[in-house]
Amino acid sequence: MEEKSIKFGKNLVTKEEFLAPGHNFCIGCGEALAIRLACKALGEDVIINMATGCDEVCTTPYPVTSWRVPWMHTLFENAAATISGVESGLKILMEKRKIPERDIKCVAMGGDGATSDIGIQALSGAIERGHDILYICFDNEAYMNTGIQRSSATPYGASTTTAPAGKYSIGQKTQKKNMIEIVVAHNIPYAATASPSYPFDLMNKVRKGAEIKGPAYVHILAPCPTGWRYPGNITIELGRLAVETGIFPLYEVEYGQYKLNVHRPKLKPVEEYIKLQGRYRHLRDEDIKDIQESINKEYAKLEAKVITSAS
Amino acid sequence: MSKRVALEASHAAAEAVKMADVDVIAAYPITPQTHIPERLAEMVAEGELKASYMPVESEHSAMSACLGSAAVGARTFTTTAGQGLELMHEVVYVASSMRFPIVMVICNRALSAPLSVWGDHSDVMAVRDTGWIQVFCENNQEAFDMTLWAFRVGEASNVLFPVMVHLDGFTLSHVTEPVILPEQSEVNRYLPKFQYPYALDPEKPMTHGAFGPPDIYSEAKLYQEIAFRRTKEVILQGWQEFGDIFGRYYSPVEKYKTEGAKILLLTMGSFTETAKIVIDGKREKGEDVGLISLRLWRPFPFEELRQAVKGAETLIVFDRCISSGMGGPVFSEVRSALYDEEPRLKVISIIGGLGGRDMSEKDFTYVIDRGREIAWKGPQRMLETVGIRGEIAGLKE
Repeated sequence: MEEKSIKFGKNLVTKEEFLAPGHNFCIGCGEALAIRLACKALGEDVIINMATGCDEVCTTPYPVTSWRVPWMHTLFENAAATISGVESGLKILMEKRKIPERDIKCVAMGGDGATSDIGIQALSGAIERGHDILYICFDNEAYMNTGIQRSSATPYGASTTTAPAGKYSIGQKTQKKNMIEIVVAHNIPYAATASPSYPFDLMNKVRKGAEIKGPAYVHILAPCPTGWRYPGNITIELGRLAVETGIFPLYEVEYGQYKLNVHRPKLKPVEEYIKLQGRYRHLRDEDIKDIQESINKEYAKLEAKVITSAS
Repeated sequence: MSKRVALEASHAAAEAVKMADVDVIAAYPITPQTHIPERLAEMVAEGELKASYMPVESEHSAMSACLGSAAVGARTFTTTAGQGLELMHEVVYVASSMRFPIVMVICNRALSAPLSVWGDHSDVMAVRDTGWIQVFCENNQEAFDMTLWAFRVGEASNVLFPVMVHLDGFTLSHVTEPVILPEQSEVNRYLPKFQYPYALDPEKPMTHGAFGPPDIYSEAKLYQEIAFRRTKEVILQGWQEFGDIFGRYYSPVEKYKTEGAKILLLTMGSFTETAKIVIDGKREKGEDVGLISLRLWRPFPFEELRQAVKGAETLIVFDRCISSGMGGPVFSEVRSALYDEEPRLKVISIIGGLGGRDMSEKDFTYVIDRGREIAWKGPQRMLETVGIRGEIAGLKE
């Protein structure tokens, strides 16, 4: 895979844009950037099925579309099931010689709600059946499209409209659902986390996920100025801080083998990440300490997996 | 040469799917539909049918997968019943609105609670507004014929709507009867290759399923409705050509001994055959009764229904479902469809056969006799029912 790495020489990033300008994403949206980069890595031989959410409503208000590749949307919780139908359909039509043989990547995209909450059953089913698909989750850590309601991907301590911080509440009371561990438990050939703040890493993971035989899953943290309450000009900085503080480490799991792509033996204090965001404004020092402890623990667990899974 | 074989109705439907050379089957097992996906999975495993069989994890994903395979131009089939149809409910609307000609056989089943795996039409009535072409079968031959016809009509380039074929759970799905299976060459003559004009293809990128803001949604829905009503022509043509090739002709409203009948009974599905025996007996005794059965449920056959009831004074509509707080759903639609007719018919509602309760000849005799009495005296009970025990059946308004 390394020789195909997007960065240098003939593997330079394509200048072609598959997500056309003119869409309605918020200024500074990390998700729009992540989609744009992912599409560059996927190229034109692709069929995308997208779950209902920010991405879908910002790109396709009829009669206009931002999509320059074949794209479909049907519902909220079924992107993985629908793309498995696309894949099965293409495969059998090629086998029966009803359409010409061609390598078409089948890619589903959904937000964190569509992936870790309402669509997790369909995702689990599609991975278990072993379809040759790539599922990309664009995680902005809440239901942003409907107005910042909490999801199971919302991190502990963040304030959202349905888990607001208040006199008797810290906001989100639960820990962020670990989607990578869930998909890895399916013995998925490839799973990875990515961030638009690390564009080459993101594009390489998307390409790897699309090219690997069988199901693949890429989980992208997409900073959201509207929902996280920060000025849109620090999206890239926040994405980088999420990685550097270890709250969202960049790693991949290929056939069960863990690899940290950006390894920081000494993590930055999570406070640097938290203090930039309005959703954490209510946190007290001891709350931040709790979060820091939890990050240290999780990061150590991840480091251990890297070591124990090495063959 | 066509051949005559003993087949369960479920297997007859599966044979039609095979002869249609379907590309993708995505199904989740549910009683009483299981024999259909089982048989299809077996056909694929044995190489009798070259198709992708997707053993999905739910009915919601079954229909969702169907959307995907239909979107790339694959001939697509699924099948479910009762709760399964309810679980996939929101996806059922999407199939018709996005104009994917999926074929789905429903083995009609009651809805929980209490849990019942047995037959009635509650599941059908819950999806009547979903924009699918819907037909009912009365016997095993029709299970084969309607399933084959469904592909022919749904996939026509001037139709492109999904089609539901209704088989009564158990009383039809699990019954074995002789079925005439045609030659593959005859099927090929009847059913052209599926050419989906809007298949997703990197050669010509297309956006499917853009969202509809208020300034476009109304027009989109009206266009859909007009296109749906216009399917009628192809529906009739599909049955005409079917008859010309296979020798069996079908109509949206089937008539049985309606000549000179003053009282008509209206049924849907497999119970029609039991009702016919009762009509025979009553005709022999000189009673002026006849029977009509609705084969085409959507689009509703207004014109054929009006023609079929001409000359009758009373129409007894037998419903296998209760629309809570309203009554018999088929009854209310039929009465509404006939409201402007002159002279006006008395349309009477009787409900029975819920959750697998059998309807015997005796029960249909009661339905007709009771209907005649209500037509004469007017309704006397909160709901007119048949075959229900105890004083609850006689409760007044």
